[in-house]
Amino acid sequence: MKMKSEAFRNWLMGGSDPLEEEMLETLKDADDSHKDEASWKEPEVFKPYRRSLRDVLIEKGYYRSFYVALSVVLCVVLIALLLATVMDMPYFGQADTLLDSEVSEFYVENTLEDTGAVNVISGIILNYRGFDTLGEAHVLFIAVCSVIILLRMPKEDALSAYHIDREAEKPENDDILFAGARVLVPLIILFGVYIILNGNISPGGGFSGGAVIGAGLILCVAVYGFERMRRFFNYNTFRTLSVLALISYTSAKTFHFITGANDLHVHIPTGTPGTIFSGGLLLPLNIFVGVVVACTMYALFSMFRKGDF
Amino acid sequence: MNNLFTVIVLGLLIVCAVATCLSRNLLVSVVIFMAYSLLMSVVWVLLQSPDLAITEAAVGAGVTSILMFAALKKIHQMKDKKHENEE
Repeated sequence: MKMKSEAFRNWLMGGSDPLEEEMLETLKDADDSHKDEASWKEPEVFKPYRRSLRDVLIEKGYYRSFYVALSVVLCVVLIALLLATVMDMPYFGQADTLLDSEVSEFYVENTLEDTGAVNVISGIILNYRGFDTLGEAHVLFIAVCSVIILLRMPKEDALSAYHIDREAEKPENDDILFAGARVLVPLIILFGVYIILNGNISPGGGFSGGAVIGAGLILCVAVYGFERMRRFFNYNTFRTLSVLALISYTSAKTFHFITGANDLHVHIPTGTPGTIFSGGLLLPLNIFVGVVVACTMYALFSMFRKGDF
Repeated sequence: MNNLFTVIVLGLLIVCAVATCLSRNLLVSVVIFMAYSLLMSVVWVLLQSPDLAITEAAVGAGVTSILMFAALKKIHQMKDKKHENEE
């Protein structure tokens, strides 16, 4: 199966968009409410006013060289802007880098006492700047919801309307893949859990661990097929896990906001830095973020591959 | 020696980025994009931020490229059916 980028080159030479024609064709086959949209032709009087710059240049034959020249100019301008910005930054790894920046100095000196986390980055993104991480978790959830709205098809429609063959459901009969995955999938998921739990000691945290667990689940579904995967990870599981994790994260952060804004000093013990159970609420927050990210990765792959869980 | 290694990795980054745009085969483009993510992960380690290196390796060279392969398969499935109908 060759996968050339010939559709783009045809469009560059002056053709029309092939995906637009396919969309109009499927609109014609659809129910009656869309029939008028597909068969409406605009009156001939409008045609002289409809000529865009692209039509003019295609007639003269200059469109391709114009496109290439404009893209090269845009690239050079962007490169110049970015280089000019980087020249203003301090050098990497010098001892006097923190002289002008009070915020960085504060973070480097006070994070260990305030949050109890040896990994300064985890301490910053989950304690000082926990509000930004709350926004990020919400953005992930909304992205997955939009993909599900756009791409989800009920089983009967999926098989009849779009001719998706049943091969998407069966696992591949590949010996190497089976033998490798039988060893690798438990190790990958275990490694992801390790990264999440050690978020406040070693590099990692919720996002990295969740991405690794998501990748492990994708390998699992590619090897064992969607039928077997649906026994323990179906739509209800995904819905319950994501919503519960997001609600728990929001409640924990709300608790912090209310006690912080009203000066109620409810002290969650920070423990000894360097152990797993340290850093106050850092460990639960890492787990919630990791769960949301893992469910997001698996849901995106399922929607792309099959259209259903 | 560290300086030379950094210069080589950054040069390879530029080569990968340009090759992704200019290749005629979409499958080859996605594979070069995966290689770009891998080199970016090495750059994050050189800049001493291992959190970003783990995340870039798992997301860029893992999940994003798999999603692009799945998208390619969807487009060419529709294209192959169209060609079969025309023949």
